[in-house]
Amino acid sequence: MILLQRGPIPSRGAPSPLDMRSHFVPPPPPWKLPAPAGPGILLVDLAYRPGSLSADEFIAPVERIVREEGHSTRIRHYTQIARKDLASAGGIILCGTALADREYLERMELFAWLTSFPRPVLGICAGMQVIARLFGGEVSPGAGIGMARQEVVAPDTLFTGRDRFDAYELHSLSVTPPPSFRVLATSPSGVQVIRHPARPVYGVLFHPEVRNEWLIRRFLALCGQAEALMEERD
Amino acid sequence: MRLGVLFSGGKDSAFAAGRAMAKEEVACLITVRPSNPESYLFHTPNLHLTALQAEAAGLPVVSVSSAGVEEEEVADLSRAIVHAVEEHGIEGVVTGAIRSVYQATRVQRVCHSLGLWCFNPLWLRDEGEYLEELVSSGFRFLVSGVSAAPLGEEWLGREVDRAALGELTALARRHRMNPAGEGGEYESLVLDAPFFRKRIEIVRGSREFHGDRGIYRVTDARLVAK
Repeated sequence: MILLQRGPIPSRGAPSPLDMRSHFVPPPPPWKLPAPAGPGILLVDLAYRPGSLSADEFIAPVERIVREEGHSTRIRHYTQIARKDLASAGGIILCGTALADREYLERMELFAWLTSFPRPVLGICAGMQVIARLFGGEVSPGAGIGMARQEVVAPDTLFTGRDRFDAYELHSLSVTPPPSFRVLATSPSGVQVIRHPARPVYGVLFHPEVRNEWLIRRFLALCGQAEALMEERD
Repeated sequence: MRLGVLFSGGKDSAFAAGRAMAKEEVACLITVRPSNPESYLFHTPNLHLTALQAEAAGLPVVSVSSAGVEEEEVADLSRAIVHAVEEHGIEGVVTGAIRSVYQATRVQRVCHSLGLWCFNPLWLRDEGEYLEELVSSGFRFLVSGVSAAPLGEEWLGREVDRAALGELTALARRHRMNPAGEGGEYESLVLDAPFFRKRIEIVRGSREFHGDRGIYRVTDARLVAK
């Protein structure tokens, strides 16, 4: 690797008689994930083009978490979302993109479906910017790069038991929330988490897939609950 | 998009280079050579071989030296990237970072300050799955440095083929070590990659092992036909 952070080096204890071959245990195959049990989650790619180099960095880590929680996933670029993609989604996650990428903000008409989508939505970084702008908020230059302390400022099921925590920020734009939205968390770089006043539509400016996977897992639990509620109504 | 790959000659930066080539145009490799072997930010063993690896890949390499002093390294990294912009017109940078927020933060800040794109195609990748793909897709690499308890002198210079990968993975599981060496447990040297036109053959190398750590120093190597 090009860049290596020196972590704490374990000290050498007394030599142990390691017969490595006899202890060999094959690594667990990565494809052995639980069979999908929860509702399908639509992951929206906001990068500069479908199948870009950013997908490895911003979609794949989120997809892994979603599949570990037992949900099937469908990935669609924001320019290619079809009605059937929305109809079959039990929840939607708008994933982030590279810091230098701003093309998604030039195509806001492609996100009009978000205003009427009836199930939970989580917008991460660029996704939060889309949600904010779509519902009447503002997006303006304001960078945050690196770990930063997050303060939870309003109660919400997403943050039960969490008052403050550190999170990885990677944004060159900041968000002024839509007037009707609730601000749930802030950091020294500004507003970090917002929520629609009546629906489970969340925007998170930091990247929860880095060191705060619990937030995505809690959002997925909401998707499961929403699915159950829909089945009861049916 | 024309990209420069931060390249140490190790497996992660080589794999990242391959991913970048599949999606964009890689215009050059970028190497920072720290004089301090305890560099916080940069890989250190056998950096003199990146020129040979670049030749194998048919790519130019931009190389700058660094004192390897914490935080000053960021300025050295920035200097290297600026050279790559001036000499090769790159619009973005690719790294092989997997989990280190320390590294990612610093490279992202440098790229942001220079108005460049930054890509980390290995970011948060499952290490076991990644190593499997690395070995099965034609990358050949050896262990060029060790600095963690379960990895002894016998690993220095050893090629990580499928059998060695099995042992490494088992050791990592038993000792709670990152199997990809992301915490600096070991470092690697790539001898061949799918995008290499020739492969590297080591003519001469020696092990240096002191206390808890060691390196495999390659003193003579050459390119041979694949």
